Amino acid sequence: MSTTSIIIRREYLERVTKKSFIITTILVPILMLLLVALPSIIMVFATGDTKYVAVVDDSGLVLPALHDTDEVKFFAATGSQSETLANDSLYGMLIIDSNVMQRPSVRLITPHAASLPVENAISTQVSKIIEDQKLKAYNIDNIDQILQSIKTDVAVQTIRTSDAADEEGENQSAVLAAALGGVLNFILYIFLLLYGAMVMNSIVEEKSNRVLEIVVSSIKPQSLMLGKIIGVGLVAITQIVIWVAIMAVITTALIPMLMPASIMAESQALSAGQIDVASAVNDTDLLMALGMLSDAGFMLKLLGLLLLFLVGGYLLFASIFAAIGASVDNLQDASQLQMLGMAPIMVGIFSSMAVMNDPNSTFAVVMSIFPLTSPMVMMSRVPFGVPAWQLALSVGLLLLSIIFMVWVAAKIYRVGIFMYGQKPTIATLYRWARMK
Amino acid sequence: MSNNILEVNNVSKAFTGHQALSDVSLQVPLGGVYGLLGPNGAGKTTLIRIITHITAPDSGTVTFDGRPLTSASTSAIGYLPEERGLYKNMKVGDQALFFAMLKGLSRREAEARLRGWFDRLGIADWWGKKVSELSKGMAQKVQFIVTVLHEPKLLIFDEPFSGFDPVNAQMLKEEILRLRDLGATIIFSTHNMSSVEEVCDRFTLINHGQNILSGQVDEVKRAFALGRYDFTVAGSTTALIPALMPLTEQCEITELPYERTRFSVKLLPSVALPQAIDAINQRAKLVGLSENLPSMNDIFISAVSRL
Repeated sequence: MSTTSIIIRREYLERVTKKSFIITTILVPILMLLLVALPSIIMVFATGDTKYVAVVDDSGLVLPALHDTDEVKFFAATGSQSETLANDSLYGMLIIDSNVMQRPSVRLITPHAASLPVENAISTQVSKIIEDQKLKAYNIDNIDQILQSIKTDVAVQTIRTSDAADEEGENQSAVLAAALGGVLNFILYIFLLLYGAMVMNSIVEEKSNRVLEIVVSSIKPQSLMLGKIIGVGLVAITQIVIWVAIMAVITTALIPMLMPASIMAESQALSAGQIDVASAVNDTDLLMALGMLSDAGFMLKLLGLLLLFLVGGYLLFASIFAAIGASVDNLQDASQLQMLGMAPIMVGIFSSMAVMNDPNSTFAVVMSIFPLTSPMVMMSRVPFGVPAWQLALSVGLLLLSIIFMVWVAAKIYRVGIFMYGQKPTIATLYRWARMK
Repeated sequence: MSNNILEVNNVSKAFTGHQALSDVSLQVPLGGVYGLLGPNGAGKTTLIRIITHITAPDSGTVTFDGRPLTSASTSAIGYLPEERGLYKNMKVGDQALFFAMLKGLSRREAEARLRGWFDRLGIADWWGKKVSELSKGMAQKVQFIVTVLHEPKLLIFDEPFSGFDPVNAQMLKEEILRLRDLGATIIFSTHNMSSVEEVCDRFTLINHGQNILSGQVDEVKRAFALGRYDFTVAGSTTALIPALMPLTEQCEITELPYERTRFSVKLLPSVALPQAIDAINQRAKLVGLSENLPSMNDIFISAVSRL
């Protein structure tokens, strides 16, 4: 075994056998899915709590048209106001004045705390009823059928023309692409920051507890640094592969199991172009999301690019953080220099947010090619579709800057690890990098 | 070919702002214990880092075992640095295996040797403990084992006794001498002179990045002893003192019990011992005479302050 591989082995095993690693690796995807599922779970629990509202309708127009929802049920008030409000099983009392058509305002009297769903239900329903009543006042024939037939909900299905002429365009939704881009961007942000800092901390620790001098008497400092970066990087890859595997199992196996067969069939038909959005029976956004998630080819391509930019970005930032770690005595001193590595990552995540509004703007293209921000910005553009030459240029430049940065970091590292008792500045680092 | 295991030839090394080593040469013969002495900041650690191939000299060459020093040589060198630590969260056994494998031992070989050492030093039950649970002295034992485990030809100990209690320091000294007897060459860097006298055969004294004194311990001592004697006389010394003073460079007078007086002197180079004896005999009764061998501490201080 070469000395570098012994270092890699130690760095890797030290981390993946830690309890905290095992716990976060398994818990995080589950927590993320819970977070996604949380709104529906809350809905399930929330619907049990129906509120009953007694209605006093002096206009006589509104009450007959009010319909019950999961949250609110309406019925005509029978007793006086005080009697009604004394009834604990009621949420409150809705009072509609006789001139509501002229003065659109209603009062909800309740001894309980204000409830947003109830207010929303009343506001939307009463508005709609008054609008309908006003339309009816024009005495148009068949007004009910007309009102029924003009109800519309437009779904936009973007068909992207592919670069390759023979390939058929794939269904795409900007909302979905943005959401996916956001997730990918966030994964990169977390990993670059987390694992970059991990490399730095591990070097600072070695230096401050003086184990470093023993290690470098057996291995070249450069090999030690590389071994450390690769070892920690393998930990990152292990973690992300496990996460993706857990997610993939859930999306490809659990979704078809949980979703009604009719929705799945329609989603597949939509992806295959057999039907179009307008004729779909179910919610089109859901159908397209399902189509995207259960499209193995698309997900594999996405995963491949994610790994590529993750590894590339990691190598670039890990070497920056390694140089910083080697030059300080303790973590407190590192905080200032740390900004050198953190600032580009921050810029990356903030520009990604702008990029999602217009993924093909000049700004977006430049930021997704500039090596320090490219991993994050490019990943948030990928779900929208990126021309091949931009991808190639971005990856190529990233590769060149990795080689350069590792080289510089190794030089700083080699000098820095023996320097104690000084708080280095960027100028010091530059001088060390230039030492022969 | 010479029988020197290590030759350092005209090595210089500068850091920004100061010259750590200037034109240092030394030859370490095969076998024995070689002392590398010098006050703090003299350049000892820099020299050791060059010998262990951790840093490269600006100029000059290092020859190890007849060949120029390369990174491959490090597997034949064991180095216990002055500032030493271990990975805190790693288990003792795993950690020792890690360092042993870095030195090129196979896992099986490393484990077999480690078990042997752990048993011999009575620390076998530490194998599964985390380093953070060990005391400083315990950790030093582990570091010592890690340093010598791959049976290097050249062992370098930088201030090895710092942090050891007297019992463990004694044990460590015996282990070092045992390794010497097994054929290893040992470089011993320290500013603790009494340990040099006990274990070193040869030494080099470095100060301000320069080699100011090299040689065999006893030869250097004899050279420094030249003209230094202790005379013990009985009775009155009033007549003796004015007569003896002109013959000496230094003279220290100590009153002893039973009307004895000791004169610790360094004679002038032009004065021979019989001449001094005659001078004393004419005026007092000489009852004792011994050559005054300086301690390494005296040599160290006088050599360092001479510059």
